[in-house]
Parts: sequence; structure tokens; C-alpha cells
Amino acid sequence: MSQPTTIAPANRKDATTVFGFWVYLMTDCVLFASLFATYAVLHHNSFGGPSAQTLFSLPNVLAETIILLTSSFTCGLAMLAAHRNHKDQVVFWFGVTFLLGLAFLGIEMSEFNRLVQTGNGWQRSGFLSSFFTLVGTHGLHITVGLTWMAVMVAKVTSTGLTKANVRRLTLLSLFWHFLDVIWIFIFTIVYLLGALGS
Amino acid sequence: MNDMSNATLKSYITGFIWSLGLTLIAYALVIHHSFSSRILIAAVVGLALVQFLLQLVYFLHLGRETKPRWKLFVFLFMVMVVAILVFGSLWIMNNLNYRMTPNQVNTYLNNQGGGF
Repeated sequence: MSQPTTIAPANRKDATTVFGFWVYLMTDCVLFASLFATYAVLHHNSFGGPSAQTLFSLPNVLAETIILLTSSFTCGLAMLAAHRNHKDQVVFWFGVTFLLGLAFLGIEMSEFNRLVQTGNGWQRSGFLSSFFTLVGTHGLHITVGLTWMAVMVAKVTSTGLTKANVRRLTLLSLFWHFLDVIWIFIFTIVYLLGALGS
Repeated sequence: MNDMSNATLKSYITGFIWSLGLTLIAYALVIHHSFSSRILIAAVVGLALVQFLLQLVYFLHLGRETKPRWKLFVFLFMVMVVAILVFGSLWIMNNLNYRMTPNQVNTYLNNQGGGF
């Protein structure tokens, strides 16, 4: 099934658009890198408050990670369906991706809420300021991605899998896979290394 | 250049299963804490880097484009900028901590006429 598609010359403009979006994603990496560097510098400065070792619930974080990874996979399935011109499957798989993304965001927001309610909000220490900025920026990207996904599902439902829509879906899927890649590092550096106390 | 050329169901499934496995291994290592911290840190960071490369290839289809490989060049440039940014920041801040206590930093800044 779905043998590799060859690139016709008519697709060259699309390829340029995809490349432009790729350049944006790479510059977004630099934004995240500066937030990671800030976190790395500040993560021991807990100002007498709780450290990363005592604060986070690892089972919740594992659930978030698996949910986001699965959503990245279903997003890929949606793109395969788009290239085979199966509109119903595209809507179905992007629907699944959307719900998984929403579940991820829900867990993240409840964790943030728990931290703020227990007096460990972003004003508590340098560590927590940098934590909320880093993880919050990722969460903001997820929110933007979910909004974009909802718009695209509505668009595909109403106007079908036009060439322009498939191009937009390609950009959206790149964005979504990219957010999962960033999450690997948040999971490892903030949560796993945080649990090890380093 | 087309991002979706060569994208197949098999590559997505391969990427998904490997990523899931690596995530669970890293998690189990940290939960059971069966090695010394130094080895664990190296192992967990190593697993993350492997998963990073796998997702780049299987999900983002990096390295599947035909020449000229512009996506790859932009990616490598990003890696260089990120490395300078992160390691440079850590180097400078650690060096500052090593040479001065926070009080000394404040005194120094005040003597310079600025500070906070």
C-alpha cells in the first residue's frame, strides 16, 4: 500500500512552501534552545522552595509523553490517507490526533493548576519561572496546533482534499511532529533528569 | 524536496514503536534507579538523542530528500546555533558561579554604577 509518490514539476511550488515552513521550524528550535539554556542555568535556584526532584508526578508525565507520541503517529496516518485521497480517513485520523492533543493539554494544565494551587507558581523561584516558561511555551505551541487542526478538519470537511488543503495539512503535520520532537527533550531534561536530582 | 515522498505506513510504525520503546526504557531506568546517577544521566540523554534522530528520519522525513539537500543544511546550521547557545550559556554561567559568589556579583555590579 501507499508506494512512494514521485514529485511532478507542478509540485515544486509546494515543495518551496514546505521548505519555508521547515526553516521556520528550525528557528523555533533556537527559541526553545534559549529557554532550555535558561532552565539549565536556573534549575538549581529553588530559593528554599521545592526542587524538581520532589515536585513532579512522573506517572502523569509518562502518560503525557505516550499520548503526544501516539498523536504524532496518528497525524502521520492522517497524512498517508491525505496522499491516498481518502477524505473520511483524513478527518477521522486528524480527529483522533486532535483528541489526543487535547488530552495532553488537559493533563498539563491540571499539573500547572496543582503547582499554582500549592503555592509553587512561577513567582516562587528562578527554577519555577524557567520551568513554566519552557513547558508553557511548548503548551502554547500545542494550543496553536490544535486550533490549526480544528480549522483544517472543518476546511477538509467543507471543501474536500484540494491541492491547497493537502499542502496546508503537510505543514500542519510537520508542526505537530516537531512539537513531539521538542517534547522528547522536555521529558528527558526537565522530568527524568529532574527526578535524578541533577 | 517533497516532504511526503517516501512516507509509508511502515516507516511511521517503525518510528512509533522505537520511540515508545526508548521512552519506556528511559522511564524504567529512572524509576528503578539501578545504576549510579552518572551512568543514568548519560544513558537517559543518549536514549533521548537516539529517539530524536529516529523521529527526524521516520516522522519528519529528514535525509530522504534528493540533492541539493537544503532541509538538511538548514537543520545542521540549527544544530550548530543551538549547540553554541546552550553550551555557551552554561559555560559562561558556570564560570561566573565558579569565580564569584552571588554577593560578589551584586557588589561588582553596584561598583560599576549599574546593578540592581
